Amino acid sequence: MKTRKFLLPAATAGILALTLSACGGGGGGTTGGGGTDAEANLDGRGPITYVQGKDNSNVVRPLVEKWNAAHPNEKVTFKEQTDQADQQHDDLVQHYQAKDANYDVASVDVVWTAEFAAKGWLQPLKDKMAVDTTGMLKPTVDAGSYKGTLYAAPVSSDGGILYYRKDLVPTAPKTWAEMMDMCSIAKANNIGCYSGQFKQYEGLTVNASEAINSFGGSVLDKDGKPSLNTADAKAGLENLIKAYKDGNIPQEAITYQEEESRRAFQSGNLLFLRNWPYVYNLATTEGSSVVKDKLGMTALPGKDGPGASSLGGHSAAVSVYSKNKATALDFVKFLVDAEQQKFFATQGSLAPVLGDLYEDKELVAKLPYLPVLKTSIENAVPRPVTPFYPAVTQAIQENSYAALKGEKSAEQALSDMQKSIESAGAGS
Amino acid sequence: MATELGPTPVKKPASGGPEVHHAPKGVGEDNKLMSQGRWASWLLAPTIIALGVVIVYPIISAIVMSFQKDAGLDPVTGLFTAGGPAGIQNYVNWIGQQCAAPGGGTIACPPGTLGGQFWSATTTTFIFTIITVTFETILGFWMAMIMARTFKGRSLIRAAVLVPWAIPTAVTAQLWLFIFDFEGIANKLFNASILWTGSEWPAKWAVIIADTWKTTPFMALLILAGLQMIPAEVYEAAKVDGATAWQRFRLITLPLVKPALMVAILFRTLDALRMFDLPYILTQGANNTTTLSILVINQIRQGFNAAAALSTITFIIIFLVAFIFVRFLGANVVEQSGATGKGKK
Repeated sequence: MKTRKFLLPAATAGILALTLSACGGGGGGTTGGGGTDAEANLDGRGPITYVQGKDNSNVVRPLVEKWNAAHPNEKVTFKEQTDQADQQHDDLVQHYQAKDANYDVASVDVVWTAEFAAKGWLQPLKDKMAVDTTGMLKPTVDAGSYKGTLYAAPVSSDGGILYYRKDLVPTAPKTWAEMMDMCSIAKANNIGCYSGQFKQYEGLTVNASEAINSFGGSVLDKDGKPSLNTADAKAGLENLIKAYKDGNIPQEAITYQEEESRRAFQSGNLLFLRNWPYVYNLATTEGSSVVKDKLGMTALPGKDGPGASSLGGHSAAVSVYSKNKATALDFVKFLVDAEQQKFFATQGSLAPVLGDLYEDKELVAKLPYLPVLKTSIENAVPRPVTPFYPAVTQAIQENSYAALKGEKSAEQALSDMQKSIESAGAGS
Repeated sequence: MATELGPTPVKKPASGGPEVHHAPKGVGEDNKLMSQGRWASWLLAPTIIALGVVIVYPIISAIVMSFQKDAGLDPVTGLFTAGGPAGIQNYVNWIGQQCAAPGGGTIACPPGTLGGQFWSATTTTFIFTIITVTFETILGFWMAMIMARTFKGRSLIRAAVLVPWAIPTAVTAQLWLFIFDFEGIANKLFNASILWTGSEWPAKWAVIIADTWKTTPFMALLILAGLQMIPAEVYEAAKVDGATAWQRFRLITLPLVKPALMVAILFRTLDALRMFDLPYILTQGANNTTTLSILVINQIRQGFNAAAALSTITFIIIFLVAFIFVRFLGANVVEQSGATGKGKK
């Protein structure tokens, strides 16, 4: 009796102490490097885990089953995260920070690649770990690279498309100026002319960067330093500001995210809409859509030709803490293989990264936007590739939002962005 | 919840003090007390360790982190390197709204950085707190008075009132986002074309309205618990003495419900000071609706250590507010409440 009385509290205390020390290992300091981790376990084979956000259209599970059937000794377990990008990001950060060996392969959003690579969490995909990128669209490869090294193999891509009303617009506009000229058609029909996503959130970074990149500007230069104090960047941003001031972009557009802008276009209130490829299916099939047979698609308008879309999509990265990197690499190669890419496209409407697939007759019949999307992605500029992406997107959002609303000039907004990004890069 | 938090006299937990069940029997009394004391401390050990793990350790860890620099980028390798000790620099930066300058040292934070939002976020947080708590107190009081009466279908009303409180905040926020959409019902109803989430004050009011809608029931229930503590005889006596309804409210209801009311206001204030999900979903912090909690979360993605400093500052602010409430305004949460005591006077 006596001993049992003592055992229980002691055991409880022991277990809790263990938990405590386990927590202690993960928290606190961020250390770079990972040089030794990156060289370990390159030949390791065995079961691995693949981590990705919610598999809404049931693409990953069939692929994992297919892999497991062929590799009974190197089975892949699928760990599904939530469908919120922020939560996926934070989940990955926590596990990488704790050096979790069970996050072997993870699906990484294009905007996180640089951050994770700079933290030393991603296995450089070179030498023994190299992945063949021939045949992949170049911007997708750039988006998976950091300082000239590939850290994440592109799996799916995404680019902006200009949707327009075929019944009202005789020929699709090729340049921004042409599109603005066509706004008289919208006025005559008493509808709004153009909209993208102009609420202050990630989508505004996408739209503002597109405006800047399409006119020859750029947010960051090759070395990752901000380069916004240029006439090109100013011209690009001023286009948006002027269009909003003139009413060519309706006033409510500053409350639009993707879905609000899609609904406005689908209910016939917009002549032009910049949005992602997912709109095509909904706008042509949803019962409430009044644009079913009037939907035109073209590349985003630029200065003299197609504009520069911001790039979306996901890549597959191998963790430096993985114990079975040889298996992990094989699985990454499996994901980017043409056969799986095709499955991603047909089953999940995910844009492939292999250029050839955009001309595949079977695929184009199913996803008629592919040729337009190819132009879009070929001309795309990855969103600023920088380990300080959260700070950069904050700077772009806040300042371009203020500029859109007329609270500051384009020049002032760009110079504030420049200063904010410089400060983020200066460290603390 | 309500019964726990209400002003019912709560017995202090027997923390460490041994409870004597039997009358002491002279010899061996000291021994018995000692063994009971040891036994009690063993029983309490798991709780104390659990609290240590989930409360003390994270707080200390956060404070330690707040005195560290955030990781900086090595320009040659392009990899992050640990920042090293920072002293109180993180705190100085937040309060003085200073950001790192490219050549070293600091500059005033340019617009578009999180550092430049500290004071506006603090102001916004307090504006939200003061306005929502005022509305919720008035409306909650009114609802509690109605619910305290006996009438047919009272339990139905009480249950119905709880619905907004029972819906998860994220869902509430999404619902209100639809309501405040440009094409949404709020604009249709008033035949207006307000950009609810597109400019400062409409955005603030959108948050305030949604928050009031959601948390008034909580307030109402806490106040209701207080109201039900007031004995009916007091009112009867007042009626016999010829007091008017207003006099009964002012001289009986208000003073007697005050302890419960103060606790309710304190709880709501502390809750409102850390408001996060509602503005985060409704406006994402745009148009000056960034609260301190939103700022902390945004900062976590840009650097843990500065975020740790900011959450410590937020903690101190909330602590000060709680202190003022308890010390000067007589909100009595822990000790035996005066409600019943005064009631018997």
